[in-house]
Amino acid sequence: MATEANGHSEGGLVFHPMDQFIVKPLFGDGAVGMFTFTNVALWLLLAVACVVALMVLGTSKRATVPTRVQSIAELAYGFVYKMVEDVTGKDAVKYFPYIFTLFIFIAFSNFLALIPTSFSPTSHIAITAILGFGVFIAVTALGFIKNGASFLGLFWVSSAPLALRPILAVIELISYFVRPVSHSIRLAGNIMAGHAVLKVFAGFAAITAVAPLSILGITAIYALEVLVAFIQAYVFTILTCVYLKDALHPSH
Amino acid sequence: MATETTGTASACVGPDGSAIGMPQLCADWMPNQIFWLLIALIAIYFVLSRIALPRIASVLAERQGTITNDLAAAEDLKHKAVEAEEAYNKALADARAEAHAIIAKNKAEMQAELDKAIAKADAEIAAKAAESEKAISEIRASAVQSVEAVAKDTAGSIVAAVGGQADDAAVAAAVDAQMKG
Repeated sequence: MATEANGHSEGGLVFHPMDQFIVKPLFGDGAVGMFTFTNVALWLLLAVACVVALMVLGTSKRATVPTRVQSIAELAYGFVYKMVEDVTGKDAVKYFPYIFTLFIFIAFSNFLALIPTSFSPTSHIAITAILGFGVFIAVTALGFIKNGASFLGLFWVSSAPLALRPILAVIELISYFVRPVSHSIRLAGNIMAGHAVLKVFAGFAAITAVAPLSILGITAIYALEVLVAFIQAYVFTILTCVYLKDALHPSH
Repeated sequence: MATETTGTASACVGPDGSAIGMPQLCADWMPNQIFWLLIALIAIYFVLSRIALPRIASVLAERQGTITNDLAAAEDLKHKAVEAEEAYNKALADARAEAHAIIAKNKAEMQAELDKAIAKADAEIAAKAAESEKAISEIRASAVQSVEAVAKDTAGSIVAAVGGQADDAAVAAAVDAQMKG
């Protein structure tokens, strides 16, 4: 444990790509307790502030001809609303606020994490696991509440030959329980990897000869990360919609 | 929970301040992250579901309504424009027909007046002509009479000068017979 797994020291080159993910208290040097105001808390609350700024302050004029900020808010609303409607169906529109909360939270966390020296909450498995397992538990509970025992029909592939069905049921069951894991690790992994790569490229900038290339690399990866920030929010949301559809209409 | 932590931060941070392993897997920090995440999610959910989403929905519905109304109003105005055009064309046709009628009427009136005037003029001309004819015939008659008288006188005188016994009646009869011949 005492070895520095990520800190290679080779002649002035120091890489600490994982240091950006360290959780630390913002006030004082004490231990990180449950209610300590840490950098995680700061950036999560900043995301909340940005959501409020966009979705509440931006739309405060209720303009029929929207301002720029209002049209972004409306665009986000329309984007997620259409996604819920198309993927999950019209009867799922009542779950739209939850799905929109997930989308806007992940999107803003991802984008805020792209600010240099910021902290990226969505790179932490603790955060994304709560999101992923939250969706999993909610969707599973909803499936049983809405469909009762017939929700288990999701695992019984009635279109397959009878002999294959038990085997398929096992596979379906495993894939169902892997969903929250992949759902959460996909997001955390993408964000963490991108930010770590940025840090590694930044570390190379210490060598004068490589610095221009390194800066070019940072620019390219940064552009990619902007894309990833949005795509991961989109993927997380659309998978939530797909899982919700399975819960509402479990038949294959 | 963060129980074993000593010094500056936690068991997941080395003495030089850099991370030991993946900070993501540090269980010491997870309660803190989860707590603040739930705070953030609940805050976002309430702000969105109470304020932002109903507001945007109403704005979008209002805009849809405005667009629908405007389209209906535009359709209405279009209809009105078509109607107005029809009315205009009708008025134009009416005016044209009326103008034609007035022209025809005027023409007829003028024709009648003209005819009347011509007839009057004709009558006057005829009257004048008759009068002139009468005057001419009177003059002619009187001239014939004068000629007759002169002829009778002359004939009587000639007869007397020749030495004959002039019988007035015979001379007159002879002159009349000559004049008719």
